[in-house]
Formats: sequence, C-alpha cells, structure tokens
Amino acid sequence: MISFLSRRLAYMAATLLLVSFASFVIIQAAPGDYAEIVAAKKAATGAIISAADVQAVRVELGLDKPWHEQYWRWLSGAVQGDFGFSWAWRRPVGEVIAERMPLTLAIAFSTLLFMYAVSIPIGIYSAVHRYSFGDHASSLIGYLGLAIPNFLLALVLMYLGQKYFGQSVGGLFSPEFANAPWSWARVKDFLAHLVIPVLVLGTAGTAYLIRSMRAAVLDELDKMYVLAAKASGLSPMQLLIRYPVRMALNPIAATLGWRLTYVISGAPIVGYVLALPDTGPLFLNALLNQDMYLAGALIFLYCLLTIIGTFVSDLLLVLLDPRIRLE
Amino acid sequence: MSLLESLAPSRFLFRRKRYRPDLASQWQLMWWKFRRHKMAMVGMALLGVFLAMTLFAETISPYPPGQRNPSYVAGPPMLPRMIDETGAVHLRPFVYGSKAVRDMVTLRMTHQADISQKWPIRFFVRGTPYRLFGIIPTDIHLFGTDEGFVHLFGTDFTGLDLFSRTVHATRASLGVALVGVTVSFILGAAIGGIAGYFGGWIDNFIMRLIEFIRSIPTLPLWLALAALMPRDWGPLATYLAITTILALLGWTWLARTVRSKLLATRHEDFVLAARLSGCSDARIIRRHLLPSFLSYLIVDASIAFPEILLAETSLSFLGLGLREPVESWGVLLFAAQSIRAIDQAPWLMIPGVFVIIAVLAFNFVGDGLRDAADPYSKS
Repeated sequence: MISFLSRRLAYMAATLLLVSFASFVIIQAAPGDYAEIVAAKKAATGAIISAADVQAVRVELGLDKPWHEQYWRWLSGAVQGDFGFSWAWRRPVGEVIAERMPLTLAIAFSTLLFMYAVSIPIGIYSAVHRYSFGDHASSLIGYLGLAIPNFLLALVLMYLGQKYFGQSVGGLFSPEFANAPWSWARVKDFLAHLVIPVLVLGTAGTAYLIRSMRAAVLDELDKMYVLAAKASGLSPMQLLIRYPVRMALNPIAATLGWRLTYVISGAPIVGYVLALPDTGPLFLNALLNQDMYLAGALIFLYCLLTIIGTFVSDLLLVLLDPRIRLE
Repeated sequence: MSLLESLAPSRFLFRRKRYRPDLASQWQLMWWKFRRHKMAMVGMALLGVFLAMTLFAETISPYPPGQRNPSYVAGPPMLPRMIDETGAVHLRPFVYGSKAVRDMVTLRMTHQADISQKWPIRFFVRGTPYRLFGIIPTDIHLFGTDEGFVHLFGTDFTGLDLFSRTVHATRASLGVALVGVTVSFILGAAIGGIAGYFGGWIDNFIMRLIEFIRSIPTLPLWLALAALMPRDWGPLATYLAITTILALLGWTWLARTVRSKLLATRHEDFVLAARLSGCSDARIIRRHLLPSFLSYLIVDASIAFPEILLAETSLSFLGLGLREPVESWGVLLFAAQSIRAIDQAPWLMIPGVFVIIAVLAFNFVGDGLRDAADPYSKS
C-alpha cells in the first residue's frame, strides 16, 4: 500500500511539473512580452515611454533572464500562490482567481455528485430491465445528451427560463442576494441557480456513465456466482445490491478522475455562456484579451484539480478492489 | 455452421445472390453485420444527406450565403404551407407574405405573416448564377419563389438567409472534422504503431504521455492554443491551424487501440513468417499488421469524428475557432451568443440542430461499425 501510494505521489508530482511547464510555455507564447504591454498601457495614458523604460521594466520583472530562470521564478511564485500580475484586472492574478475559484469548485463537485447520483440507479435499472421501455428511453436520452454541445444546451435552457419562468437564469445569485452576506435564504437562492449549470455540465457525463454502468452490471448478471446466490434464496433486491452492483461499481469509480477532467474541461464555456461569476468567463476573457498570466495560472489550476481527482479515484479503486493492492 | 447462419441479416435480403458466409470475404461479412444495425443504417442515410448538402450547397440553397434581404431583417422562419387560412388545400406549397409591424412595447420592428399575400414555392427555379462543383455554370436552384422571397429558417440581424448559410456551412464543419480525423488517424496509427511494435521503454514513454494528455482538461488547453493564433492570419491559415489543433484532440484513443492490437498480434505466426522472408519493420507493420486490425481503427475514427466536430463548434461559437468569411455551424452560432440575441431571434440556434443531428448520425454509425468490426462475435 505504501509503495503504491508513493508511486502514485511521485507520478503526480511529475505530471504537475509537466503541466506547469505547459502553462509557462503558453504564457510565453503570447506575442509581445509583458514589459511591452505595460509600456503600451502607459503610453495610452499619454506618458512618454522610451526604450530604456521598457528595458527597466523588463529587468525589474526578470524578463531579460534566460527562459529556465524565468520558469523557475514563475514556478516558485506559483507554489506560493503568486501567479504574476493581471494587466486586464490591474490586480495580482492570485487574488482575482481566489475570489472565483470556490464557485468553480462548488459547480464541479455538485456536477459530479449529480452525475453519479443519477446515473448509477438508472444504469442498474436499464441493465435489470433490459430492452424495456425505460431502458430504451434512457438510452435515447443518453444519445441526445452526448450529442448536444454544452453551450447549446445552456443557451436553450437560458432561453426557456427567460421565456417561460421570467427568471434571470444567468449568474448564480438573484440581484437582491448578489452582495448580501451568506444567509439561509441566500443559500437556497444559490442552490436554485446551481441547477442549470449542473444540468448542462452533467448531461453528457451522465449519459456516458449510464451506459458504462449498464454494461458493467450486465456483464456481472450472467456470472455463475449470481446464479449461486439466487439459488441459495437471496431476495432479488438484496442479491442485486450485494453482488453484481458492488462489482460493477469498480470500473465506475476508476473513471472518476476522467469524469472530473471532463467536467473541468467543459466548465469554462458553460460559465461563459451562463455568465456565472466563476472562473469560466475569467478564463475566456483572459484568452480573448491575451492576458496570459491569468490564463496560464487558470490552466495550471484546472490541471491541478484533475490531477488530484485522478489520484483520489485511484485511491478509491484500491479501497474498493483488494486485488489491485496485491499487484 | 450455426454461428455463420446466425450472421444472415435476413432470409429474403439475399434472394438473388446466394448467401454464402463460408465464401464471403471479411469485408462482406462486416457489411452484412452492419446492415442488421438499423440505427446505423439511419445514421448512414443522414450522412448521405449531409454529403449531398456539401456537394450541392449552391443548388439546394435558394440564395447565395452572402446575399442580404433588406426587407426581411431578423425575420422569423417562414413555414411552407399547403393548407391556407380558409382550409383550402393547395397542391403547390406556398408561404405567406410578410409585413413589418412595430412592437408597441419594445418599439422594435418585427415581421409578421401577411395572410393576404401568398407566394407559391416553385422547384428548380432560375436564380443567382453560380458554378456547380466550381466548374459547370448554371442558375438552377432547388426551390425558390417568383414573387417575394422564402426564408425557411428566417434571417439574421443583417438580413442574411439562415437556411442558405446553414447549408453552406455544412462544408466547413464536416470538412474540418474530416481533415482533423484523418490527421489524428495518421498520428494515432504512427505513434501507437511505434509503441506497440517496439515495446520496452519507448512503449512505456508513449503510454505515460498518453496517460498524461488524458489526465489534463484538454479543452482549456486547446482554447489557449487557439487564442494564441495571430488574429491577422487569413481564413485559410486559420482553418489549417484550427484543424491541426483539433487533430491533437483525437489521436490518443487511436494510438491506444493500435498499440493493444499490435501487442496482441505481433507474435502471431504470420508476422514471424514475414520477418523470416526478410520484410523490413515498416513493411510488416504496413502490409501485415495494420490490415489485420484496420476495422477497429475505423471504429475509433468514427468515434473521434463527433468529438472533433463538437470541439470545432465550441471553439467557433466562442470566437476562438473559425471566423468569417469561413462559415461553419459554430461560426453561425456565434451570432446566438448573447441572451438578448436569442430572445429576439431564437431561430439563430437552428444551426445547432444540425450539429446535434450530425453527431447523432456519427454515433449511430460508430455503434454499427463497432458491432461489425468483429463479424464473428455473436451479440
């Protein structure tokens, strides 16, 4: 167990290093360096900027150093939560992200919870009642869920919400709660607004999970041990929950990391379309404005989240399936 | 024999040509199995329609995609009818004329059907001249009207016909996906082939790399790459760059399949025989190993296709992918980005329906191919 853990941790660290390097490359790949952007901003206000001033800014920020020193500087800053300065926001990147990250996390984890809570029972039902009306209906919805682009679903739900419920579905709070302190009413309002982002983000993943859950349970149902348990007189419900479902949960748990990756992948676009006050619009606007310190930091954090998610799902699998521990 | 008999699609399908599974080639068996999958056949038919739309876009659309209709700006879809307001049936379909009305609440000009006017729809009418397949000069359009105009999907805020634009956009949308799949197919086959054939540390390294790529949220990464593309690049350069970026999305699954199939087959006798006859590594991979599992690769490609199509649509929708004057479904959806736009003109979301249908069609075909890829399995 300890060797397994240390191996996974080492792998995680290596992945993180690679990811941080990729983020750094993206920051560097933007046309023009940061000093020129600062100079252009100052020049726009009417100040006279000479080449020497630009060079001074460059030296101050360490932009004249070779790339590996710059990378080290960025990485050691990032570890301490200092991701550089966002010129679009005129504030440190870390501060801007810290305000919005909790909402992204809330949405991502609610979506995961929703996906598993919905897909596991439906998957079991579809497997047990194979080719029934419910099975066909769920697979039809599944197909549709996989085919509808997230942003389109968000647009349609927003349109319907506006038209038939007259509620502003964009954002995560009603206007009267936007700046209010946390209270019971605000929590309820927040949860009501969470429904649409969670539905939009979770549909495709749910469809996928239903399919794999159904297939996994079907695989188990035909096995001899199920027959043996049935023969020994276990009630159908008990039999189902105790044996095939428990076995079928393993592959589902194993892909938790992938599902999280998927959710994090889709979150920025959905956040942007629904105008949520999370990191989604922040990320896309940073990209559109080429505010690369902010964009790079967000990519790094998104990757960090999924790497942790993968680690957790590995751990879960080891706990669920003792066979893996022995390997 | 009973297993082979169970492969028969149906008893009467092969009345003329005798059904002889014992003589049929591998591909013949696959085709028979594929035909039994009804949804896959539906998917194939839909893909056929899309293919026709890309080939005959100019003929199918009543107007050129860039032609504005100043008297019908932001007009709603016009429904072709065969029954008029009195209940009389017309053999020739028609659309009602339109009149501009000012909405007294929002003070915006809106268009309403004017039932005093009927514009009959005619087929194979003469309209704006164009070149079919870029060669044959003609001016025949599939349908149109003699008087007035017909906008099946309505018009956008500049008066462009949404139906014509959607039909034309099929070209770029499916074209990008096709090129993207081809590139990722080649990448996946090459990289997976190297990993599976050589094994050892090369295999280990490539597998770790794939695991790494799969474990990071790729869409934000590709969004960033697309955003870094210089804005002043021409449409063709943007098109190529976006296709390349999208191709990077799909190759990992293919590479994994190639690798696992290679590992399974590389110790087979026919490979040993080829090696003993002095074949080079490249030739063994190309001529002996690849054909033995090509069908599985095609399945993976058909799964990668909708993934790439959706990614292109998302990128273009955000304004980070293709841009005008190139038209794809995603580019058309870019106009439907704000809640205000879709509130005033919900029909701008129609190109999205085409995306959904295309993705469904590919998923169905992919399912059918997966079943057919192994024609000897029973299920």
